[in-house]
Amino acid sequence: MSKEIVAFCCQHSAYPAADLAGKSGLRYAENVRIIRVPCAGRIDVIHILKAFEKGVAAVLVLGCEEGACHHITGNDRAKERVKYAEMLLKEVGADGGRVKMYNLSPNAPHKFVKILDEVSKKIADEEKQK
Amino acid sequence: MIIAERKLMEEIKRLVAPFKKVLVAGCGTCVAVCWAGGEKEVGILASQLRLARNAEGNKITVLEATVERQCEKEMVLELKDKVAEVEAVLSLACGAGVQTMAELFEDKPVFPAVNTTFIGKPEKEGLWTEMCGACGDCFLDRTGGVCPVVRCAKGLLNGPCGGTRKGGKCEIDPEKDCAWVLIYRRLEKQGRLALMREYNPPKNYRAVKRPGRIQAVKA
Repeated sequence: MSKEIVAFCCQHSAYPAADLAGKSGLRYAENVRIIRVPCAGRIDVIHILKAFEKGVAAVLVLGCEEGACHHITGNDRAKERVKYAEMLLKEVGADGGRVKMYNLSPNAPHKFVKILDEVSKKIADEEKQK
Repeated sequence: MIIAERKLMEEIKRLVAPFKKVLVAGCGTCVAVCWAGGEKEVGILASQLRLARNAEGNKITVLEATVERQCEKEMVLELKDKVAEVEAVLSLACGAGVQTMAELFEDKPVFPAVNTTFIGKPEKEGLWTEMCGACGDCFLDRTGGVCPVVRCAKGLLNGPCGGTRKGGKCEIDPEKDCAWVLIYRRLEKQGRLALMREYNPPKNYRAVKRPGRIQAVKA
């Protein structure tokens, strides 16, 4: 099995979307590990770096749609932190593009699956090229 | 407070290149407030070092610890056991902290991972500016509490110079306020504008003999 992709999912948006995807019988990459968080704003750069230390292929932070954060500004903060983590990874010669932030609503299971499939495919392609 | 900036990753990597086990030691006071060397920054640097060395195929063990103040011997001594385990220490404290640690653990190399930059204050989230040059001969009483020695690009004691821009900005850096305009406005508010006409004699820059040393008198 290919390397894991960690998806930090906000419990107010991406997590219900993942749940709905499951209930609707939608399939997505099997190497995705979902971690439920109370808000995307809970994610700090250290969580992202630690995941890469453990050897994951990519880290996704999935939060509420812009302007619709349950905790008002959590998704904005998460976006900034993802940007910072990207910079820190580049600083040590890693691929900063392996950490990404996406916004989605709780009733968007198809978007959830699309994001995971795209990331998973992109990583698989990049790994093949190596 | 003392403001510091983390060194570039390349430089830090080079400092610890010969070692397999190091301690990243943070300080929980000034450098923690300016986001350079607190507990959080210790975690980030340690993680970055592990990632960098893993990628090179040359693994490193990084221990992490943060003390309340790295410039106080009693607090630094809390790290004794951890320092004993490692080959070198990377300190995220200011120069005073690095030197205190180096003095206490003389058998281990202690490297600075930040550049200590100035004494300043936070302007807004993530922005700090220099406020004091620690000159040892304070004359803020005559300048409305604005220090021209560090806040004026030319360090003029009798300003402003002829280059103040419209809007009270500095000719050297249009982003910065002219310190002497700030002084004028402050003194104006206080009804002490007469001070602007008074001549400030050259400062005694030898007021503090280097290295500075102060012995408090016990009450």
